[in-house]
Amino acid sequence: MSEATTIVRVPVRLTVNGKSVSAEIDPRTLLVQFLRETLDLTGTHVGCDTSQCGACVVHLDGVAVKSCTVLAAQADGASVTTIEGLATGGKLHPMQEAFRENHGLQCGFCTPGMIMSAVDLVARFGPDLDEATIRENLDGNICRCTGYHNIVKSVAAGAAAMGSAEAPRAAE
Amino acid sequence: MNASVSSSVTPIGAAVRRKEDHRFITGKGRYTDDLDRPGQTYAYFVRSPYAHARIRHIDPTAAKAMPGVVDVLTGADIAADGLGDLICGWMIHSKDGSPMKMGSHPALAKEKVRYVGDHVAVVIAETLNEAKDAALAVEVEYELLPAVADLATATDGEQIHDCAPRNTAFEWELGDKAATEAAFARAAKVTSIDIVNNRLAPNAIEPRAAIGEYDSGDEAFTLWTTSQNPHVARLVLSAFVGIAPENKLRVIAPDVGGGFGSKIFIYAEETVCAWASKKVGRPVKWTADRSEAFLSDAHGRDHITHAELAMDEAGHIIGFRIKTRANMGAYLSTFASSIPTYLYATLLSGQYAIPAIYCEVDAIYTTTAPVDAYRGAGRPEATFLLERIVEKAARERGEDPAEFRRRNFIKSFPHQTPVIMCYDAGDYVASLDKALEVADYKGFPARRAESERNGKLRGIGLSAYIEACGIAPSAAVGSLGAGVGLWESAEVRVNPTGNVEVLTGSHSHGQGHETTFAQLVSARLGIPIDQVSVVHGDTDKVQFGMGTYGSRSGAVGMSAIVKALDKVEAKAKKIAAHMLEASEGDIEFKDGRFTVAGTDRSLAFAEVALNAYVAHKFPTSEIEPGLKEGAFYDPTNFTFPAGCHICELEVDPETGVVEIKSFVAIDDFGEIINPMIVEGQVHGGIGQGIGQALMEGVTYDEDGQLVTGSYMDYTMPRAGDLPSFTVGMTQTRCPSNPLGIKGCGEAGAIGAPPAVINALTNALGTEDVPMPATPSRVWAIAQARASRLAAE
Ligand code: FES
Ligand code: FES
Repeated sequence: MSEATTIVRVPVRLTVNGKSVSAEIDPRTLLVQFLRETLDLTGTHVGCDTSQCGACVVHLDGVAVKSCTVLAAQADGASVTTIEGLATGGKLHPMQEAFRENHGLQCGFCTPGMIMSAVDLVARFGPDLDEATIRENLDGNICRCTGYHNIVKSVAAGAAAMGSAEAPRAAE
Repeated sequence: MNASVSSSVTPIGAAVRRKEDHRFITGKGRYTDDLDRPGQTYAYFVRSPYAHARIRHIDPTAAKAMPGVVDVLTGADIAADGLGDLICGWMIHSKDGSPMKMGSHPALAKEKVRYVGDHVAVVIAETLNEAKDAALAVEVEYELLPAVADLATATDGEQIHDCAPRNTAFEWELGDKAATEAAFARAAKVTSIDIVNNRLAPNAIEPRAAIGEYDSGDEAFTLWTTSQNPHVARLVLSAFVGIAPENKLRVIAPDVGGGFGSKIFIYAEETVCAWASKKVGRPVKWTADRSEAFLSDAHGRDHITHAELAMDEAGHIIGFRIKTRANMGAYLSTFASSIPTYLYATLLSGQYAIPAIYCEVDAIYTTTAPVDAYRGAGRPEATFLLERIVEKAARERGEDPAEFRRRNFIKSFPHQTPVIMCYDAGDYVASLDKALEVADYKGFPARRAESERNGKLRGIGLSAYIEACGIAPSAAVGSLGAGVGLWESAEVRVNPTGNVEVLTGSHSHGQGHETTFAQLVSARLGIPIDQVSVVHGDTDKVQFGMGTYGSRSGAVGMSAIVKALDKVEAKAKKIAAHMLEASEGDIEFKDGRFTVAGTDRSLAFAEVALNAYVAHKFPTSEIEPGLKEGAFYDPTNFTFPAGCHICELEVDPETGVVEIKSFVAIDDFGEIINPMIVEGQVHGGIGQGIGQALMEGVTYDEDGQLVTGSYMDYTMPRAGDLPSFTVGMTQTRCPSNPLGIKGCGEAGAIGAPPAVINALTNALGTEDVPMPATPSRVWAIAQARASRLAAE
C-alpha cells in the first residue's frame, strides 16, 4: 500500500498444512497475522492480547504454540498445521469428530484453538486421559460458552478415538 | 461425515448433533474479523486515558501527516454531520414521576470524556499498525475533573452529566410500600442482609468488530458487525443516530463468537465505522483487542443492596423490602435502564409466596464503562439477593434451609406476585426434591465430618431460582417504558423441490439455532433435517426481528416459526386437496404425507411443494401459487423457567482454595427441543455463575483507572477451576406458547452464584463472604474463624 515501501521487509518460507508458502513480510508480523491475513486461513482466531486465551493455537513443527506470541519470521523454515489442515483426505480428525459428537462447542470461537491444544495433549500424555489431566492441561485455553464440561468429554473421547485408530497426527 | 443423525427426520426432544458444527470444527466459521472488503482501511480509536475530563482541544494535524493515514475524525465531525446520540431505549420514570436523566452520548466525545476508554477520535489508515502509530500523535488537551469511581459515594461526587444532579439517572420504586411496612410491623422475625453484586466483564471470546462500507452508486451502507440483534442495530443507527434510512442501511451479523448480552448494544465503534466509510469513501474495519473489550464492552451487575425479610412466628415470609443502588457507568447503554428495574425487581418474589414486596432502586452514574445486560441481566442480581437472605433467614431460625424454602414455595398456579409477574406454571417442590436426592443432601453431614478429619471445611448451599424469559409481550413492555415491541418474526420458504429455508429474526451466537430450528421444521414437515436451512443475521434477507437475548429464541423465535408452519400447512392442504380431488377438510397431514382421511390416497410433502410452484392442478384465482409464509409472534406472557441448584464444596483453610465437589442443577425449562443443546446452555451458565462467585470482578481504582484490564488481572474460569456438573430436568409445560417452551439460556448464571456462596458461608460459618470469594479473601475469613474458635 501507499507508504509500505519505506518498511523493511523480510522473506519467510514455511510449510503450512503441507503446502510450502513464501512471502516478504513486515518483520513485526505475528504468525497469527500471517496465517489470517496473508494466507487467509481465518480458522485460527485472536481472542486476547496477553497470550492467555489460546484461541490462536496452531502446531509448529508438531508442537502446540500460541500463534499470537510467535513472529512469522521465527517460523521461517518450520512446518505449521492449523485447524484447516487437521482433517485429511476429506475425513475429519478424530478430535474434530469428538467435539461435534460431544457438543464440545457453542459459538465455535475458541474451538480451533481447543482442538489444536487437545491434539497436542494426546501427543504429550497419550490417548488414555483422565478428567484431571485434561482440565489441568487445557489451562491455556479459555472458553466462555461451554463451562468446559463438554470440552472435557470431547477431549477424552477424541483422545480415545485417536488411540484406537492410531490416527496420524495430521499432516505434520 | 457422520451424517447418520442428520439425514433422517428428527423428532422434537432428540439430541441431534449440531448442523453448524462442521464449519466451526474445520476452521470455516465466518466471524466479522474474518471478512475483508476490497480497499478496506483500518480504524483505531483514540481513547480517553482519564476517567473524567473536559476536552479543551483536539489537534489531529500531526496524526494526519503520518504515513498511511487516510483521515482522523473527532466529535466535532460527528456534530457537523448532525449525527444523533447513542440512546437508551427503555424509559424509566422516577418515584416523583420525572423521566430518567439520560446524559448525552455522542459516538465520539465532544466536550467531556466520562470514563477511561471513552472514544475521543478515530484514526483511519491503510494498515492497523499505521492507525495505531498515528493515534499516538493525536494531540488532546484535557482539563482533569475528579473521577467518580466509587458507587457507594457517587451521589456526592463531581457531577458527570449536566442533566443529572447527584449523578442520579432515576430513583425508581416497585411494589406496595404501605403493605410492606405493615407486614414488617407485625413480623415475628426480621432477617436483614447487605449485598454487593460484583461487577463483571462479559468476555465473549470473540472481541467486538465492525466493517462499514458505503456504496456511493446506490448511496447505501452495509455494516458487518458482531451483533446479537442486527435489526435493532439498524433501527437505532437509522432512526436515532441518523446514519442512513433503514432501506439504505444493511446490517449483517455473520457468525458471532458469543454475546452474553454484550453484543446486544449499539456501541460507538460500529457507529463510527459505518459513518466514516462514507466520509473516507472506503470500507472501514475495526476489531477490538481484548484490552479495548475490557475498557469499552458494557459491563454487568454492580449493585449495592440492603434488604430485609419479614417472617411470622411459623416461619412464613410475610414481607420483603429492598433498597438497591445500581451502577449505570458513564452513559445509559442501549437497554441499561431496564436491567436493574423491570428485569430485577419483578423477580424478587422468587419461588416464594410473599404477600408484600417493596423495592427501591437508585440508578447512579459513575465515571466507569457503561453497565448493561450480562447473561441473566437483573435476574441474577434478584436471585442472589433473595436466595442469600432466604438461606440466612433459615439459618437464623435454626431450620434446614431446604425445609424453610419448601414451606414458603408457591404451590398453586397461576400465581400473581406483588411485583407485576404472574407465574403461569411450575413445580418448585419437584425440582427441590429431585435436587436434594441427586445431591445426596442427607449424606452431607457424613461427608462434612470426613472433610473435617482431613482438615478441610465442607459446605453445602442451595438456590431455588426463577427467571422471566421469553421476553416479552409487546404491549406489556411498552407500558413499562420499552421503546420497542418484543415479538419475533419468521418466514418459512418451501422451495419447489421440497426443501426449506427458515428465515428468523433470532440470532445465533452459540445457541445452536441452525440445528434446533431446523429440527422443529423437520419434525413438523416430515422432511430430513439437512433439507432445512436456517437464515439469520442479515437485514436484507430477514425483514425484521428483535434478536436473541433473555432466553427468548425458543419461546418467542420458535413460536413464530410454528405460526408460519401452521400457515404453510394450511395452504399446502388446500393444494393437496385439489391434487387429490378431495375436499380440504378431509386432508390429513402426518409424517410428511398429505392423505385423504380413511383412504390410502396420499401425496408426499415434496410433491405438493412442487405443485405449489408449477401451479398446474389448482385454480390460481383462488389459491396463489408458491409456498412461502411469514408470521409475527407476540408472546402473551413471560415464561418462567425455574429450578434448584445445589453446590457442595470444600475449603482448604490453609490456602483459601475452594474446591467444588459437586454441582447439581435441576431445571424446569418446559418442553425441550434438543436436550444436548439445552444441557450445554446450562453448563455454560453455571461456569459463568461460578466465575462470578469465586473468581471474576471488575475493579476500578479511585482515579477511575481500570485495574482489571486483561486476562492477567481479570480471572476467567478455566477448565481446571470448574468441576463437571450434574444436570437434570423436571418438567411443567409452559401454557403460554404453542411449543410449551420456557427457555434455558440464563438459568446457570442465575442459579449458580447463590448456591456457591450459600455453600461457602455454610462451610465458613459466617454470612459475610463477598463475591468474588477469591482464595485470599476466603483464607482471611477461614483464619478469622480459626482464631474465633480458638478463643471460645
Ligand atoms: S490470541 Fe489469546 S493467546 Fe493468542
Ligand atoms: S464455544 Fe464459545 S468460547 Fe468456547
